[in-house]
Amino acid sequence: MKAVSRFYLALVYVFLYAPIAVLIFFSFNAGRSTAVFEGFSLKWYGEVVKDSATLTALQNTLVLAVLSSIAATVIGTAAAVGIDRMRSKVLKSATMSITNVPMMNPDIVTGISMMLLFVFAGRLLHVNNVLGFGTLLIAHITFNLPYVILNVLPKLRQTDPHLEEAAQDLGCTPLSAFFKATLPSIMGSVFSGLIMAFTLSLDDFVISYFVTGPNFQTLPLRIYAMTKKTVKPDMYALSTIIFFVILLLLVLINLSQARSEKKEKALRQ
Amino acid sequence: MKKSSFFSRMAVAPHMVWAVVFIVVPLLAVIYYAFTNAKGQFSFESIFKLRDYLPTIGLSMWFGLLSTVICFLLAYPFAYFLSQKQANAQRTMILLVMLPMWMNLLIRTYSWMLILERNGILNKLLTLIGLGRPNGFLNTGGAVVLGMVYNYLPYMILPIFTIMSKLDRSVIEAAQDLGGSRFNVLFRVIFPLSLPGVVSGITMVFVPSVSTFYISQKLGGGSFLLIGDAIESQFQSVNNFNLGASLSLILMVLILISMAIMNRFTDDEEGGMII
Repeated sequence: MKAVSRFYLALVYVFLYAPIAVLIFFSFNAGRSTAVFEGFSLKWYGEVVKDSATLTALQNTLVLAVLSSIAATVIGTAAAVGIDRMRSKVLKSATMSITNVPMMNPDIVTGISMMLLFVFAGRLLHVNNVLGFGTLLIAHITFNLPYVILNVLPKLRQTDPHLEEAAQDLGCTPLSAFFKATLPSIMGSVFSGLIMAFTLSLDDFVISYFVTGPNFQTLPLRIYAMTKKTVKPDMYALSTIIFFVILLLLVLINLSQARSEKKEKALRQ
Repeated sequence: MKKSSFFSRMAVAPHMVWAVVFIVVPLLAVIYYAFTNAKGQFSFESIFKLRDYLPTIGLSMWFGLLSTVICFLLAYPFAYFLSQKQANAQRTMILLVMLPMWMNLLIRTYSWMLILERNGILNKLLTLIGLGRPNGFLNTGGAVVLGMVYNYLPYMILPIFTIMSKLDRSVIEAAQDLGGSRFNVLFRVIFPLSLPGVVSGITMVFVPSVSTFYISQKLGGGSFLLIGDAIESQFQSVNNFNLGASLSLILMVLILISMAIMNRFTDDEEGGMII
């Protein structure tokens, strides 16, 4: 049984990594071919670094991800607090179902529904080319919100409501009681919501594809444009760079998690 | 206490406004466009046109179903074997499952083009042992399903694994102590307990598979148009927003029906377990 298990696990990992290995391999190809390896070269990496459209797209992606994840975290955390304190069960479940719509709906429907709204609003306000950075930002905040709320809400349920009351009895205003008593105890899940929102925003293609205009390109949109024409290996070089950056980030997050777990264990003893 | 409840009621307000304006109103806009014509008059024109798209809708549902079933068959044993490993190994191995997921879908799909095309690696390897195909494997229905399975397999593995790794060991040991064979323990104890993970896995694979457009464009080569492709072309090239909206509406309805059927199925299972 053990051998079967090991063999099966290995097989699935080969399946998961084969396409990535192929990309990485051909990113070092001296020639243009994707079938014949003509010798080792780093020239495609040089092209990526020189390509101004890609660099702009990278910058756009980062700006968008930072802004949308912070906005979604602020709105979402506040919303989670409100939802947690709601007394009416009907209101609570109604709010949650609306919140979850962008998560349950296919991305393409979320994308086109927002595009229709923006185009409609643009026509009403007589604005041409309404689609662009602003509409992208709104869309990204919208699909990030449910993930933030779903991260924060369970943690809020675990925290003691008396904590905030005690802070108020000791002279805090309701607002400062929240910042001094509740927020520190839910900070971990607020942060993981932020990270999740950030990565979702970095990675999104489908929704962005429908709500962006011709003047604003993110990295996934740039990759889409690159794969529409015959692809040069600079796309593989770009993908390889992205892969190793993600790998590095995951390893770092994992290490810091392991370390904090160790610390917790040591403290308990 | 009164003050605090006022404060928290205000805290949810920005989100409420946001959700109504950017979630509810856009969905109403989809319905509005689906039931009007290009001049903005009420009409069933686009809804009736859906009849031409029945084969497309059927193919999408079929491919979505197929890729969901294949993902389940691949993911379940994987999650089971993984849950038998030691905690440290589990952590690294599950990270390795998530890593490809963080690569962009476009990149992952594109690399399959390199593998499956006529001069691609797979065809070359298979030609060596005499199984190659003159046109390669690209632009086939199988390639499209493969792309779906590849891209969404982690979505099936993760929820099933999460549930399995939290299963109460003592329940499984009790079943073994009471004489359950390996087969019986798996199918009558572990599987029913892991069902919630399976259900969320199915949802997470079926919804993106049935609505994809990039995978079918790249791996199907335009000969396997899915409902996602139809919607995409109405919005990005044909500019018939009304037809695009009615296609989106039918897609949403089909997904809602599928979910309702599945939820009913799992509710029954849970009810059965209590008895």
